[in-house]
Amino acid sequence: MCLAIPSQVISIDKSKNTATVETLGVQREASLDLMQDEIKIGEYVLLHIGYIMSKIDKEDALESLKLYQQMIENMEDEEEYVDPLYKK
Amino acid sequence: MKKNMSIHSTKNSAFLINSFRDKNTILALAEKIVIESKKLPHDLYMMEVCGGHTHTLMKYGLTKLLPKNIHCIHGPGCPVCIMPKNRINQAYEIAMQKDVILLTLGDMLKVPGSKGSLQHARSLGAEIGFLYSPLQAIEVAQKNPNKKVVYFAIGFETTTPMTAALLQKAIELKINNLFFHINHVLVPPPLYTILDSKDTKVNSLIAPSHVSVITGSKIYEPIFEKYQIPIVVSGFEPVDMMQSILMLVQQVVNNTPKLEIQYSRVVNTNGNLKAQKLVKTFMETREEFQWRGLGNIPYSALRLKKEFAKYDAEIIFDSILSKENIQDNRACRCGDILRGIAKPLDCKVFGKSCTPQNPLGSCMVSSEGACAAYYKYGYTN
Ligand code: SF4
Ligand code: SF4
Repeated sequence: MCLAIPSQVISIDKSKNTATVETLGVQREASLDLMQDEIKIGEYVLLHIGYIMSKIDKEDALESLKLYQQMIENMEDEEEYVDPLYKK
Repeated sequence: MKKNMSIHSTKNSAFLINSFRDKNTILALAEKIVIESKKLPHDLYMMEVCGGHTHTLMKYGLTKLLPKNIHCIHGPGCPVCIMPKNRINQAYEIAMQKDVILLTLGDMLKVPGSKGSLQHARSLGAEIGFLYSPLQAIEVAQKNPNKKVVYFAIGFETTTPMTAALLQKAIELKINNLFFHINHVLVPPPLYTILDSKDTKVNSLIAPSHVSVITGSKIYEPIFEKYQIPIVVSGFEPVDMMQSILMLVQQVVNNTPKLEIQYSRVVNTNGNLKAQKLVKTFMETREEFQWRGLGNIPYSALRLKKEFAKYDAEIIFDSILSKENIQDNRACRCGDILRGIAKPLDCKVFGKSCTPQNPLGSCMVSSEGACAAYYKYGYTN
């Protein structure tokens, strides 16, 4: 129900206080009435029922993804790795 | 073989979603959880407070990857699951008025009240609309000046600011035919009810994602102070959840319970202050609210402040609204499920007389409800 989806800001309409955002290829208009920080075109935001509720810190996201990747690499070096999901 | 997660290759929002659904990462985290869990001094009973988390656990089969000493308890965090029948009855009663258009968000359509669902009211001719965004209510009100347009507002802290923003806009635009039936509920109060109950096994929490974007992690501080249990604010994606579970396990293993934020790409301590202020401008806490399955919980929901009485559907329609609390179907164990005492499979009518097509209890209605998630993803014993 309160699932919000990452979206990218495509354009901003200051007079209406709205932004056009793209969510997985679909573009729509969203209200900026709840946003406290300035947002810029190209940034990532969280969209919930027509309102932009927060910015997404892309650096932070990339940082954790890098960590996960390292972890996988470490795991793949260990021989006894078993795949618990697909093991029959 | 090394698999790259294409971190830099896509420019659109897909990268943020796909990378956090990466199979190899999920498996690597599962492996780590299995290793770490061997050091657990006792079983871990994690309550995922939010129904969105329940959905993710089931959809990606994550519970199957967890060792036997880690148990998932599905919490009260879905506004549809916890909506008591008497509130749905009130929506039904308002919708059945001749000059009314009732508007609400998707999932409420099928929730059974004691007179029937809103879908049923609609089949009897009631004008009921389902919105993508509360903002659309403005348009409906403007296009129908001779009707009373009532927004049946539901949701936790995530969705409440949008209702407040809608009311602010209606006031600005001097719209006088838009009314609000407020059913906004708060996350912390039911957690106290659950953690205080004698029979609970819950000893750690996976705290909601998007509720916390608005409120900040600070709303869990008093809970941590009181119970000293591990709490991790987690994102919705499978990788987020696995990492959060690992964080909980490590807290227990190291005997360092704390409140941590895994979902730091959008959640911080203080949350969205503008949204919080907007809610405070228009709403106040109710003395009590009946939760389906959990009963009356003091100060667990919101209503409009007195100054905004002329927008308050509970006041405008007072004379036609039934007030008595209604008991749930006897067979239904939603209450025990929400308290973490029972699993959907413990309910005798699960998948028999209760299915998503014909739900007896609310846990089967919303796709985020525990019973519906078990049913949909084939957890049928
Ligand atoms: S998404 Fe929001 S409303 Fe839905 S279950 Fe989670 S916290 Fe609750
Ligand atoms: S299966 Fe149906 S009746 Fe049983 S607990 Fe779930 S929702 Fe309630």
